[in-house]
Amino acid sequence: MQALRMTLCAATMAVAFAANAAEVEVLHWWTSGGEAKAAAELKKMLEAKGHKWKDFAVAGGAGENAMTALKTRVVSGNPPTAAQIKGPAIQEWGEEGVLASIDDVAKKEGWDKLLPPVVSNVMKYKGSYVAVPVNVHRVNWLWVNPELLKKANAKVPTTLDEFFAAAEALKKAGIQPVAYGGQPWQDATVFESVVLGVGGADFYKKSLVQLDQNSLKSPTMVKALETYKRIKPYTDKNAPGREWNLATAMVINGKAAMQFMGDWAKGEFLAAGKVPGKDFLCVPAPGTAAAYTFNIDSFAMFKLPNKDAEKGEKDFASAVMSPQFQEVFNLNKGSIPVRSGLDMSKFDACGQESAKDFAATSKKGSLVPSMAHGMAVHSATQGAIYDVVSQFWNDDKMTAKQAADKLANAAKVK
Amino acid sequence: MSSYNGPAQYGFAERWLPRLVLAPSFLLTLVFVYGFILWNGYLSFTTSRLLPNYEWAGLAQYVTLFENERWWVAVKNLFIFGGLFIGGAMAIGILLAVLLDQKVRQEGALRTIYLYPMALSFIVTGTAWKWMLNPGLGLEKLVHDWGFTNFTFDWLVNPDMSIYTVVIAGIWQSSGFVMALFLAGLRGIDDSIIKAAQIDGASLPRIYWKIVLPALRPVFFSTLMILAHIAIKSFDLVMALTGGGPGFSSDVPATFMYSMAFTRGQMGVGAASAMMMLMTVAAIVVPYLYSELRGSRNG
Repeated sequence: MQALRMTLCAATMAVAFAANAAEVEVLHWWTSGGEAKAAAELKKMLEAKGHKWKDFAVAGGAGENAMTALKTRVVSGNPPTAAQIKGPAIQEWGEEGVLASIDDVAKKEGWDKLLPPVVSNVMKYKGSYVAVPVNVHRVNWLWVNPELLKKANAKVPTTLDEFFAAAEALKKAGIQPVAYGGQPWQDATVFESVVLGVGGADFYKKSLVQLDQNSLKSPTMVKALETYKRIKPYTDKNAPGREWNLATAMVINGKAAMQFMGDWAKGEFLAAGKVPGKDFLCVPAPGTAAAYTFNIDSFAMFKLPNKDAEKGEKDFASAVMSPQFQEVFNLNKGSIPVRSGLDMSKFDACGQESAKDFAATSKKGSLVPSMAHGMAVHSATQGAIYDVVSQFWNDDKMTAKQAADKLANAAKVK
Repeated sequence: MSSYNGPAQYGFAERWLPRLVLAPSFLLTLVFVYGFILWNGYLSFTTSRLLPNYEWAGLAQYVTLFENERWWVAVKNLFIFGGLFIGGAMAIGILLAVLLDQKVRQEGALRTIYLYPMALSFIVTGTAWKWMLNPGLGLEKLVHDWGFTNFTFDWLVNPDMSIYTVVIAGIWQSSGFVMALFLAGLRGIDDSIIKAAQIDGASLPRIYWKIVLPALRPVFFSTLMILAHIAIKSFDLVMALTGGGPGFSSDVPATFMYSMAFTRGQMGVGAASAMMMLMTVAAIVVPYLYSELRGSRNG
């Protein structure tokens, strides 16, 4: 790490004097331990290029507070250099006409070759890059406490049938099978993994990305909904409102055996001093080994008043995509680099598998955007889908058929 | 005022000073309350999504709003919560005030104990009650540990009952405050009226019911206004206690408005729902205000 920093400083010192200094103000919500460390790396890199880093961190989970702060700044005509915006929200901001193109940086560094097309399309508005991706999170993971599984004589599930068999065995052994957090976004996270497991990547794309009415009402969707609801008896009564990290803690402490959650859960395990592959396992969510739901953090670039500021903006974009930053950042954050062809030897087993699957699914076309994490559909549609999924999970009177019809209606919300 | 006969320059100051000192606050209110209400009203007729934009959309946002199932859940919850919260807090508050008015010892200490919940923010109340009502942590577990394993109290995680947990926490927080207002009112009543009634042989409950409570009408009025206003704007309590869940079963219009306008990129729908909230308040408050104010002027 120290050596890396030294080379970084040396390499960038030369250009630092030539470049005009600009104030680079970046809005983000990386305020938790590992995240803040990752953000500090970025700051160091930009300062090495001679720019002044102005931190604009707004605390608050999924960034709702940050978005409110951002809207205020943009409406008052004083946007930050870049803001943590991801997925179709980039298009929504693009439609508001406030984003700036960074095509020249992207062309010079060959981003089109470095990023899978499903990813680069998200970063573009009307064909030109307006955002730079930071990392890739895999959402369709299942986190397993192997000790509890051993106790119940259950094996690590790879298909949904095996999953329910294992859950049944665990329940018989008096162990809570699934740790569950009952918040709408977590409901949706589990749901989309089940849809992927039941219907496969093509069905997932048709239903949850393209919002095809027939797919949403199809028997496959009904089956996916039924399967999703079958998980409920294996969770506990206190799940509603529980935070995801508390659910993860249940797996860590041996109170529950499995959790459906994205790879940010790994950070909790590591922070608790657990070793991947030994104390906990990361396996693809049952039935989804051949697919990959991605959640990519990115920074959208805003139109700025002068050339110096634009220079700072471009240096920022280039720094974010640089191999050094991608490695350092993702080692801290628990995710994997978004650019292809990086050496993954410093990453743990989960990270290496994630990177391997990311590349493989990208070639096969089963790399799909996560609906639950704002990568697939507009925020209004996503919210409407959340509502249906949560309602279906909580309301035992609603049938899967009714829920499928409601999903189809929710998909029409624009 | 008009009978003042001083020199001319004092007349000028006298005429302008009141206007001058009131002008800043008047202007601020005009812009930041009524101006923003108008702006919000305008936004509700536009196609605003992520940011405000001024493209006219007619009633489209209202149509979207009325077709949204979640909105109707929120409205229903507001009426359940509003009705029970105002009624409950008022009843318990008045009862506490009447009981405390019986010249009990240590009244000051008791009064502080009852009033103290009001010093907490709704966020604290919500979080504390969330722990107490959580089946695996609070009341239900406690009773189970006592040996009554059949006992269930899972309103917090039951979509049909979750809104009532908000009512419980709301009443707990506000009834002490209602008590304080009524106690002050009770102390303001002339003792001689009560003594006269006692001499006439009226029983204590009868005195309260027929003489004291009617005399507290103005207190009643302002308490109702304050509680109604807390009920309609209630946001923090719901957020801290249930987060609007399970699902969206304990959503209220304020939380609905927030999520539409600020997290879902549907600012137009959010603005429309805010207008509906304003209309609801106006529909209840304006006639009441009118009758009360006119009544007091005539009386």
